[in-house]
Amino acid sequence: MKKELLKFAAFALLVMLMPLAFKGGYLMNVLVFVGINTMLSIALNLLLGYAGQISLGHAGFFGLGAYLSGILTASYGWNAWLAMPLAAVTVGILAYLIGFPILKLKGHYLAMATLGLGIIIYIVFNETVDLTGGPSGLSGIPNLAIGGLRFDSDVKNYYLVWGFTLATVLFALNLANSRVGRALRAVHDSEVAARVVGVNSRLLKVQIFAVSAIFSSLAGSLYAHTMTFISPASFGFNFSVELLTMVVIGGLGSIYGSFLGAALLTLLPEFLRAAHDYDIIIYGALLMVMVMFMPGGLVRGVPELYRKLIKLKGGADHA
Amino acid sequence: MQFDQVLQYALSGLSTGAIYALIGIGFSIIYNATGIINFAQGEFVMLGGMLTLFFLELLKVPIWGAIPCAIAVSTVAGLLFERLAIRPLRQPTPINLVIITIGGSILIRGLAMLLWGKDTHALPPFSGDEPIAIGGATILPQHLWILGITIVIIAINKFYFYHTISGKAMRACAYNRRAAGLVGIDVRRMVLFSFIISSAMGAVAGIIVAPLTMVAYDMGVMLGLKGFCAAIIGGMSSGIATVVGGLLLGVLESLGAGLISSGYKDAIAFIILLLLLFLRPQGLFGKPESERV
Repeated sequence: MKKELLKFAAFALLVMLMPLAFKGGYLMNVLVFVGINTMLSIALNLLLGYAGQISLGHAGFFGLGAYLSGILTASYGWNAWLAMPLAAVTVGILAYLIGFPILKLKGHYLAMATLGLGIIIYIVFNETVDLTGGPSGLSGIPNLAIGGLRFDSDVKNYYLVWGFTLATVLFALNLANSRVGRALRAVHDSEVAARVVGVNSRLLKVQIFAVSAIFSSLAGSLYAHTMTFISPASFGFNFSVELLTMVVIGGLGSIYGSFLGAALLTLLPEFLRAAHDYDIIIYGALLMVMVMFMPGGLVRGVPELYRKLIKLKGGADHA
Repeated sequence: MQFDQVLQYALSGLSTGAIYALIGIGFSIIYNATGIINFAQGEFVMLGGMLTLFFLELLKVPIWGAIPCAIAVSTVAGLLFERLAIRPLRQPTPINLVIITIGGSILIRGLAMLLWGKDTHALPPFSGDEPIAIGGATILPQHLWILGITIVIIAINKFYFYHTISGKAMRACAYNRRAAGLVGIDVRRMVLFSFIISSAMGAVAGIIVAPLTMVAYDMGVMLGLKGFCAAIIGGMSSGIATVVGGLLLGVLESLGAGLISSGYKDAIAFIILLLLLFLRPQGLFGKPESERV
């Protein structure tokens, strides 16, 4: 546990010092997105990596958070600090209610059902033009502010978003080492066995689904207030798949893996500017290669590869 | 609301529904042989449409040659997909299978975009576009082609599954893979067959629907999902239940779009999908199965 805490402190320190290395600049803006995506992939990882339940509709929860915050502040003049928790609670309740029927499904069926849910939400964003502005988007969303401090620059947003992201990391780490975390892993390995030893697996799955949706919604609110403009295109099926890719690349069940996956997939397109349209091919190929050759993700796969290489070298020395 | 109007929507719904049925049967065949929901199913529909266009426009092959070529290439793509992605999987857990078929679908779609660009193209109808009047409503000759070809394919399918050794072996795998293996059926071969058959059927669906809907690299996403919806209504049967499911979905969607709101047309299929999965996951006509642990 102490080692765990030290690791987190080192990670937080690294995050805090990052802006000094970049001193503003365009990359700061990208790093804000790394923060938001880390939060989202941790949220999905709680569900997929801990509890073993897939969701292809998380972009929908992310979008709901963004739109609820955006509409309440931009159209109704609410305070952003009030809109954000309200959006999170609303999305949480929604996920809780829909969680009961949807999490009764397993494997492929669950994937399809969550996918359908995500697409329905996406269609609603596009069609309720009076509220959301439809396909052309919603603009004029105010930045967050504390007293006189407005989060209106990339550096300020960086600290704001990463503050929330670090809190999410801490929460997820704590959860993993708690009674609930152990129960979730039991459900992951064998739901029947978990039920036999007295885990209320059905309720637990629904609860973690709701928690995951709440974090996604918070990330959505942060996204809306840092971008000040949102449109449905950011919350479609493709983004759900991108989130899934982040979690799988990083490693199922690994919190720092989620960060690694999110960072990699957010930064990659920036370095592949020339191949802008083709990043989708890279996602597809990455997903397949990871599942085939490194099903544990980078976090477990790379050390394993390293050990193998060492062994290979050692073997050669002996011979 | 007039009867003519309803008839019109129903008729055009039937032909879209036939397409959903073909795609849905493709889903069911793979599911029954392997337990996999192939998320890449829709991409074979796209490949059918795009390849026909490719042979027709770029290679200047006449239509009666372009169609078999397109089906053949799509089928090879299905075969390669099974051999290169599904079979070598070291940990074939449901989640890994979902992820790998999604990865495959994105990859195929991306490659299609790379090869043929992002534009939408029109494919000429098989036999003119002179509308035919049927009791106050009109349909296009292409609608008849769709319905006709669907019936033929379903008949061939039926014959294959019930009157050939390989078809019967495939059904045996669907009932119990282990037992099928014990009586000497090469299960892995049957899995490969299932991918071949369903990618060919997907391609046919894409080809016959193309003159009505246009073709683009991303046409497979929605068609695939709706095909899956048809299969769910039919309880993942590779027979008549899924056909009924597809037709039902097509008609409901067309009526909903015409009478309620066209913007929510795509949502109708997914609402039906969710309701069915929640209330009757065994399909509209199936009996509930008890779960084995």
